[in-house]
Amino acid sequence: MTAAAPALSVEGLSVEFRTRSGIVRALDNVSFSVRKGETIALVGESGSGKSVTAYATMGILDPAGKVTAGRAMLGGLDLLSAKPSQLAEVRGREIAMIFQNPRTALNPIRPVGRQIADVLIRHRNVPRAAAPAQAIEMLRAVGITDPARRARAYPFEMSGGMCQRVMIAIALAAKPSLLIADEPTTGLDVTTQAVIMDLVSDLARDMGMATIFITHDLALAGQRSSRIVVMHAGHVVENAATKDLLAHPRHPYTAELIAATPDAAASLDKLASVSGSLPDLRRTDLPPCRYSERCPRKIAACAQPLPHTTLDADHAAACWHPLPIRRVVAPTESAA
Amino acid sequence: MTDIAIARREGGMTALVRHARYVISENPVTGFAFALFLLIVLAAAFGPHLVPYDPLASDTAEALKAPSAHHWFGTDKYGRDLFSRVVVATRLDFFIAVASVVLVFLMGGLAGVAAGFFGGWTDRIVGRIADTIMAFPLFVLAMGIVAAMGNTVQNIVLATAIVNFPLYARIARAEANVRREAGFVEAARLSGNSDWRILTFQILPNVFPILVVQMSLTMGYAILNAAGLSFIGLGVRPPTPEWGIMVAEGASYMISGEWWNAFFPGGALMIAVFCFNLLGDGLRDMVDPRKRT
Amino acid sequence: MTILLDVADVSKLFTAGGPGAWTRLKRRLAGGPQTLPKVHAVEDVSFVINKGETVGLVGESGCGKSTLVRALTRLVDLSEGSIKLGDRELSLKAARVFARDRDRARIQMVFQDAGESINPRFTAFDAIADPLRRLRKLHGKALIERVETVATQCGLPPQLLSRFPHQLSGGQRARVGIARAIAVQPDLLVLDEPTAALDVSVQVVILQLLQRLKKDIGMSYLFVSHDLSVLRLLCDRVLVMYLGKIVESGPAATVFEKPLHPYTQALVAAVPRLHQSGAERLRLIGEPRSPIDPDPNVCRFYGRCPRGTDACKAAMPALRALGDRQVACHFA
Repeated sequence: MTAAAPALSVEGLSVEFRTRSGIVRALDNVSFSVRKGETIALVGESGSGKSVTAYATMGILDPAGKVTAGRAMLGGLDLLSAKPSQLAEVRGREIAMIFQNPRTALNPIRPVGRQIADVLIRHRNVPRAAAPAQAIEMLRAVGITDPARRARAYPFEMSGGMCQRVMIAIALAAKPSLLIADEPTTGLDVTTQAVIMDLVSDLARDMGMATIFITHDLALAGQRSSRIVVMHAGHVVENAATKDLLAHPRHPYTAELIAATPDAAASLDKLASVSGSLPDLRRTDLPPCRYSERCPRKIAACAQPLPHTTLDADHAAACWHPLPIRRVVAPTESAA
Repeated sequence: MTDIAIARREGGMTALVRHARYVISENPVTGFAFALFLLIVLAAAFGPHLVPYDPLASDTAEALKAPSAHHWFGTDKYGRDLFSRVVVATRLDFFIAVASVVLVFLMGGLAGVAAGFFGGWTDRIVGRIADTIMAFPLFVLAMGIVAAMGNTVQNIVLATAIVNFPLYARIARAEANVRREAGFVEAARLSGNSDWRILTFQILPNVFPILVVQMSLTMGYAILNAAGLSFIGLGVRPPTPEWGIMVAEGASYMISGEWWNAFFPGGALMIAVFCFNLLGDGLRDMVDPRKRT
Repeated sequence: MTILLDVADVSKLFTAGGPGAWTRLKRRLAGGPQTLPKVHAVEDVSFVINKGETVGLVGESGCGKSTLVRALTRLVDLSEGSIKLGDRELSLKAARVFARDRDRARIQMVFQDAGESINPRFTAFDAIADPLRRLRKLHGKALIERVETVATQCGLPPQLLSRFPHQLSGGQRARVGIARAIAVQPDLLVLDEPTAALDVSVQVVILQLLQRLKKDIGMSYLFVSHDLSVLRLLCDRVLVMYLGKIVESGPAATVFEKPLHPYTQALVAAVPRLHQSGAERLRLIGEPRSPIDPDPNVCRFYGRCPRGTDACKAAMPALRALGDRQVACHFA
């Protein structure tokens, strides 16, 4: 089987933020790619740079932020050096994004049906007269009951879960080839989260979309992606197929994150905590491995520039002293 | 143990000073406004002792002299030194501005915070009072109050305060209202705070800085308002040096070429208003703890 | 075991928007009925919390768990029912007055968003000192000593006490919120999603801190969350709430392993698991019923329940005992 061409490939992306207390080296040499029809998850604590990666790729970084190196290739176009007019063309049509807080991302004074229709008219050349009916169809597709009535509703009249569905409908209205979902279910109930994630996965599969799913929840990422990219303090520390990564984490940070997931332990005492906290990214004396100061497996070699260790064809970890591959099979429930 | 308490206070103070220094260095305009403000305060405090001439002493021989080394701002039709008059007037104008702003801060700020926090009838009463005041053209209202109550400095202060009441009440009400349901208010209830304590010790400190910024901005307006009242003859009376009257008296000489009569008091007025407005922006950055690191 | 908190038949109804003032006036003039639509936020909730016990309360947003918690902590008044803390009936005193009651210190709460629940103008010291000043009348040296003791107990270094909330990390703010609540040594600590805003790495530390504090101080916990996987680790018993009513209760482990109510089943199924793909799960469809004047004879879960039958439309299932558990479903 030949691997499909990457829908998006980010290569050596570095981003800095200028603040009054110094330069924050938010991203350093971040590389990963996502193939057509594939869902990858960017996982990390807050401050790890996962959202900055998405914003930089979309060209919607805060003005204080600056891309200092790298490329983000979407088809033949480098999003990072593209002209604003080219970017505007690509955003919405080729790449769509859904955000953490759907209510603030929606226009509060426009009925949701109209907001969907706007996108259809702008990006899909749908005739103005036909747009409202198609918008209602989109609402039906994202599982909103009584879509004709809901199309006339304003965002404040809808629950958080419902607003997120509308956001998804808007994002997918233009049938993009890449969807970036930035913590789309944070702040929603677990039941709503499950429904929203089902919806995103189903639609992504049906439309053959590449999806980048940003989350801090490793368990959720494990359930919803085929590949996980673990980020720590602006570095990609591990990148592997989901099952492989969860069963055989090689980077010590990934291993600690897995051990800290509530689901992983039978009781609170058995739950491991991640030692230390993120280093201050304004520091000028950051070690090459930004995890080394909190790492339980630190060795002398860690002072050298980061290795780009490809452990096997499909599993990379940026570590001088990775965990050995455990031969023990993780306590996976056999698929019944 | 007590070191911590002391360190706590010192930490707060030095942090504030450091932050103030940062705001000023980051935004030189704010530094300029502060320097100007200091100058105005000094003029108000020591002006009468520093000026070269008695501001009330007339000398007809020297009447309507253009600015010169002797009379920096020239002289008026009675031969009074305009520089001395402009400097001495600072005290009165500054006093009117500060007094009226403090008064409206107390009236409008407290009424607004109470309205926003308690809601219900308090809110309705404060809201209607504000609406009633807003229904009048503000300057005409101020004129009416001074005309009805008498031509004194106290009444000018009161009129200026009343005219600004709706502005303060509305800002304070809105700010208190969004904090009414805030987590920290509930936490304060759990900590055994009564409604009044919550209002004064939890809500007010959060609304205060926003009103302080507003105070600086309305100071400029208050000076203009007082000068305006004097200009039309409803405020401070001649021969007291006051910028408004001086502009009024000097206005007629603009055409005949003795421009300095209106220009210098007018310029002082403009600089003061300008300074207070700039100061407001600087203060906003300074008092917001979230902008401190 | 001694009962610490006895909640009996508690209901809380809010007046919903309803028609405007003009319509209401017209109706009143016409002599029509004056009842306004009511949101049934909490309805007939009864449960007990024993001394030293940790009880979990789980449900989705809008199910009334926040309202219930605010009624229990006496931040809002009840519409009906009684809340007894030991021998003391708490529901008789209005919430406004209760702030200065001698029993105020006995129920304290840790809020969901520590950042929002600390006054931005207060330092960590002042935030923790507030309940001690008001409820314990501590001042001067005794106050400073007590604040430092509690802060240290919560893993907050004393040098951080002079900081403002925005100068603290999320985990540190959570510690300030906890320190403030336990400073007056309450009998019952209500925890309203205390780790919802935190990263997993910090969440573990905070949960472990809470468990240690409980042992050290001997408090009871009511732990509110929408995340069953967290409740499972910390709680002895859980209560599952759906649209204002308790639909299931029982020992945390068994409710999590073998949920009886279809809603609990959906809730458990929705929890993401590390080593299990999300494909084969119970999927909830539709939206919750409206909480405004709900039909008293229809099960609240009807319409969203995968098992709903005509019986569910004809009679509201009562909460009944099944061994050491209680379930409100015709089919359990």
